[in-house]
Amino acid sequence: MLKSPLILLATFAMSIASGQTMDLLDDEESTPTIEYTFATFKTNRVVNGHSIETVAKREFDFKIAHRFGFLNGGPYDLFGLDRATMRIGGDYGITDNLNVGIGRSTEDKTYDGFVKYKFIKQSTGAKKMPVTATWVSHIGVSTIKWTQDRENEFSHRVHYTHQLLVARKFTEGLSVQLSPTLVHKNLVDSASSSNDILTLGVGVRQKLTTRTTLNLEYYYVLPDQLESDKTNALSVGFDIETGGHVFQLFFTNSSGPFEKAFITDTKAKWLDGDVRFGFNIARTFNF
Amino acid sequence: MVAFTNHSGGIFKTNTGNINFFSHTPVEDITADNHKVKTAFDGTSGKLQFSALIKDFEFPKALMQEHFNENYMESTKFPKATFSGLIENIDAIKTGENGTYTSNVTGKLTIKDVTKEVSAQGTFTVKNGVVNAKTTFVINPEDYNIEIPKTVAGKISKEIKITVDADYRHAH
Repeated sequence: MLKSPLILLATFAMSIASGQTMDLLDDEESTPTIEYTFATFKTNRVVNGHSIETVAKREFDFKIAHRFGFLNGGPYDLFGLDRATMRIGGDYGITDNLNVGIGRSTEDKTYDGFVKYKFIKQSTGAKKMPVTATWVSHIGVSTIKWTQDRENEFSHRVHYTHQLLVARKFTEGLSVQLSPTLVHKNLVDSASSSNDILTLGVGVRQKLTTRTTLNLEYYYVLPDQLESDKTNALSVGFDIETGGHVFQLFFTNSSGPFEKAFITDTKAKWLDGDVRFGFNIARTFNF
Repeated sequence: MVAFTNHSGGIFKTNTGNINFFSHTPVEDITADNHKVKTAFDGTSGKLQFSALIKDFEFPKALMQEHFNENYMESTKFPKATFSGLIENIDAIKTGENGTYTSNVTGKLTIKDVTKEVSAQGTFTVKNGVVNAKTTFVINPEDYNIEIPKTVAGKISKEIKITVDADYRHAH
């Protein structure tokens, strides 16, 4: 930002003046402290996927995630509002940096659980660290009745996701996160899919006001791992924070609200109008 | 035997002053404490100064502390709250003699770069070299550009009670 010479002069003059009025405190040499960056994202999800944020100790973040049907379903389906897929769950803080969570989604009646650990924190001051890094390990079990006539094992119901989330709050308004992710499916949809799927997620959040942000999330699946009709999940959303709630409203082409679903099961294309409206509501409780 | 020598006049300081703020509404009480307030006064001229880091205000709930810093106080932009003023009746405060003295205190309070005049009654208790100062006064957050959204207006009072409690020692 360019400042006019006049503003620079005025700021300089003001700092001299305020220095004089606090002269009794000036000779104090404060020991340098570590300033940890806070509120990189408004909540512990970017849109679908985890953000580096963790829930504080003894806080429980109750979450409802709702995805409607495709907007191009037309007025008969009320532009997708007639169809819904949901996840209900929560994240709990064992410590400020170690979280556990559980959830259950209507998609394939999937139960999921995860452990999340923030092991590096962005800071300035006495110790400088440019990024925050958080590890997430997630397990999901689908409990829907088998429809295919084949030898079905329990292990076929299970999938795992591991993520190394790295984010930086560049300015008060702009944060960017990279989410290299490995999804492991014990059972895949077809022979052309691999069991281990490497992806790279990108999340961007830009603050609009102190309490609202614009969020973007894209999960890029590295080539030749999934069936050719699978697409990458792109979500654009808007976060509103009010008191103890965070509302996330967004448009997305992704399938259900858990990692295997939105990262590896998405087939919809934005350019075809296969876009759905969704929202997440998070509310923090203290114990 | 007196273990500590009382000094008359001179500069008195502490880096561990306490400031509490308290908001009461029928819906919710909100309170936070800062135990690292830097403050000093001149026992001869009566000059009195405070500097408090916003991030040092401790709340029982971590999320509330984050919202206080991020949304209400924008503490990355405005890291400190300061006060610069005068103990008006400094001659009545006998920092050299054990006892309790009172004086009006006036000055400029600056929060989020907005400066307003405040005044309050201060009670100074001198005991064995330590001058304890206590005062309470009320401020309206809206006077300092602290925006309270309509959705939470019922939870945050327009009269925030500030309580100051600091033990000053003679600076050498």
